[in-house]
Amino acid sequence: MRNVSAKQTQKMAMAGIWGGGIITLLLLIVIIGYVLIQGLPAVNWEFLTTNPKGGLSGEGGILSTVVSTLYLIGVTLVLLVPIGIGSAIYLSEYAPNNRLTRIIRYGIETLAGIPSIIFGLFGYALFVTVLSFNFSILSGALTLVCLLLPTMITTTEEALKAVSYSYREAALALGTTRWQMISRIVLPSAIPGIVTAVILCIGRAIGETACLYVTMGGSAAIPSSLLEGGRTLSLHVYYLAMETNAMDKAMATAAVLIIIIILINALTNWLAGRFQKRMKGLL
Amino acid sequence: MTIYNFNGQTCRGGKIKVNNLNFYYGSFQALRNINLDIPGCAITAIIGPSGCGKSSFLRLLNRMNDLIYGSRIEGTIELDGKNIFDKTVDVVDLRKNVGMVFQKPNPFPISIFDNIAFGPKQHGKKNKMELEEIVENSLKQAALWDEVKDKLGQSALALSGGQQQRLCIARVLSVEPEVILMDEPCSALDPMATLKIEDLMRTLAKNYTIIIVTHNMQQAARVSDTTAFFMMEPDRAGSLVEYGSTSEIFTNPKDKRTEDYITGRFG
Repeated sequence: MRNVSAKQTQKMAMAGIWGGGIITLLLLIVIIGYVLIQGLPAVNWEFLTTNPKGGLSGEGGILSTVVSTLYLIGVTLVLLVPIGIGSAIYLSEYAPNNRLTRIIRYGIETLAGIPSIIFGLFGYALFVTVLSFNFSILSGALTLVCLLLPTMITTTEEALKAVSYSYREAALALGTTRWQMISRIVLPSAIPGIVTAVILCIGRAIGETACLYVTMGGSAAIPSSLLEGGRTLSLHVYYLAMETNAMDKAMATAAVLIIIIILINALTNWLAGRFQKRMKGLL
Repeated sequence: MTIYNFNGQTCRGGKIKVNNLNFYYGSFQALRNINLDIPGCAITAIIGPSGCGKSSFLRLLNRMNDLIYGSRIEGTIELDGKNIFDKTVDVVDLRKNVGMVFQKPNPFPISIFDNIAFGPKQHGKKNKMELEEIVENSLKQAALWDEVKDKLGQSALALSGGQQQRLCIARVLSVEPEVILMDEPCSALDPMATLKIEDLMRTLAKNYTIIIVTHNMQQAARVSDTTAFFMMEPDRAGSLVEYGSTSEIFTNPKDKRTEDYITGRFG
């Protein structure tokens, strides 16, 4: 390989990079395309507006599971985002570089690597049993918060650390307090990265099944309060695929799930863009 | 208290007196026994070879070194007779009073208007008319108003390097400091932009005390009223070798080391 010229190496590298990119894109298109093509024909108004009725042929629609999913994500984010951003600000801006901080970081990294079903068991033991929230949206959301906090914190901290030190210096040199510097300069500049953190967490929250099964139960009714159980779309897909012979409905549910993910991501990006512009005074 | 500047005019810029100042990063001594009287409403240049503690010294004047973990200070720096390291001094007020312009232009990634309005806003000014007035005045003082008055809403990052640096100066002026510290403010700029900043400094020196760290000896000779020459001692601690009026330092230096440095024999 020593005699390969720089130009040839360049060509090979470019081929590798392009190849990787194309394969990734193809996989994405094939998976999404397959699910949409297989699933969309079974999606109709009735499917979207009735609750699952059960049975071997998976009768009924998915209304309650869509509601449960959105409900669960909403409650999770309301709890997760403030705690996650707060912790990240502490770690990135305030925490001294000492043993305690290192222990906290080590704890967060360890938590990030623990399988979700363990969080599910913990949620079942603490929220469902000890705190008597039973199988409920609240138990599920609290479990998801525990599961997702490490991701939220580390991704947000990276976003904060990526904000140039020169902005911090400039703000402090103007006689601002540390908090003014963080809230007015650092946070607005870090918003794109924080949005990435939120989207990652939403993605994982939507994908979770096992840890929610043991904390939310599998009720097919629309939850009318935080303390009622529910069934998320992912869990419903699993249920349809494994317990019934309604593969078409499983695919249809999956198609709806993918569309919801795309919509939530687009909405999050749009909101963040507006928020950032407002904080930067460009709106 | 009325303070007079070099030309006998009244001056609102602060006077700085440095007494027996030692500064350490951990166990490393960065500055040794600095004694210095900096006049109000004048430009003081700090020159010296790389690593002689010029920037460290400058950053002590608005306590930016407080941010560095493990740094330690002995001695006093008096601004208008009050020690800035005194426990009763609020560092936030001090920094409002002693502004800083950095080596690399560092406007915030927000609009031109908001860059200037940021400081006053954080210090409690909310009235829109008042903010507009501050922005206009600051930009005019920084000789930038005519170039940006029609695009105040645009991002500050779209400006050229020289314009960005003048914006940073306007941002400092917006909070009405007495002293402006400049840490090699022209090292990232082309000669034309540098000249503009130097003209601006001469104008500002009527009302502000300016202290500039520079590697460029022509610049020090062109703009400053007094010059301080710093050098490293054998243990790498920076110390003040010679301090006096700029004309004297550059035409008739008393210390051999100063002469060697300004004639380009080292550094």
